[in-house]
Amino acid sequence: MTGSSPVDLKRLAAACAATIAAHADELTALDQAIGDGDHGYNMKRGFEALSADAEALAARPLPDALKAAGTKLVMTVGGASGPLFGTMLMALGKELPADADRAAFAAAFGKAVDAVAARGKSEKGQKTMLDVLYPVRDALAAGRSGTEIAAVADESADATAPLRAIRGRASFLGERSVGHVDPGSRSVALLVRAVAENFGA
Amino acid sequence: MNVGIVIVSHSPKVAEGTADMVRQMVGDEVPLAWCGGNPDGGLGTSVGDIIEAIERAWSDAGVAILVDLGGAETNSEMAVEMIGEPRSKKIVVCNAPIVEGAVMAATEASGGASLREVVATAHELAPA
Repeated sequence: MTGSSPVDLKRLAAACAATIAAHADELTALDQAIGDGDHGYNMKRGFEALSADAEALAARPLPDALKAAGTKLVMTVGGASGPLFGTMLMALGKELPADADRAAFAAAFGKAVDAVAARGKSEKGQKTMLDVLYPVRDALAAGRSGTEIAAVADESADATAPLRAIRGRASFLGERSVGHVDPGSRSVALLVRAVAENFGA
Repeated sequence: MNVGIVIVSHSPKVAEGTADMVRQMVGDEVPLAWCGGNPDGGLGTSVGDIIEAIERAWSDAGVAILVDLGGAETNSEMAVEMIGEPRSKKIVVCNAPIVEGAVMAATEASGGASLREVVATAHELAPA
């Protein structure tokens, strides 16, 4: 593969920015319940910056474009979400071969999720974005459709509500974090759905 | 050359105030820099600002970073990684309370202690 990628990155970035912007108040409300209440605005700022750069990004080979997109999020989000979501894209770009098929993409996605876990010093079951990323990785590897993967992401985000937070700001609340959906998990579910609905086609 | 100290808080006022305390209690023998606030100027931290603060406090003896809450730590670790080797090997994000950690680390650094000694002094303040 040379030059621009066959994936319509500009469309994907716009769809991601649009869904985050449309749900920014909801994400912030979730974060006010168990965090410091800045998640929605932080993510909106980051994805707006990413979307503004989408044209230039889309002109680059996909792995390079993903790495640059991750760096953009790291530099613009301003909360812990920046390095976490940024690491996801940077690692995906690093692991993805230039001529990736679905199996190669699924493998690279799995490594990127592991990189996020390392960055956050966290694991599954601690009420974090990993509780959506791991099920999505498994659904991707199992060959499920985009619609099915988006549903898995939604269900997994909802399933964070009964969990007690062990990592991040929400862990300060201990038992009081129980009963609230994790905002980072909700963001991942929104982004997975946006990507699934705008991929290819 | 003494180890440098970087203070990273969600609040620029906390970061600057902590730096003021270090300067008054320890003096000018230690390279010192601070940053606080997200890229929009609200509460939060900015990887770009942290990288710049590390550059300002850079010392070949190394740099110890003191942080407040979660995102400050994650963003500082990201900044260290983006600075890259070989310099990243001489930068440590300390697990310590930001104000006490900065003053104690700077005190240790002002006496010419190694990065390992400076970090160990800060870590002694961390809750067990």
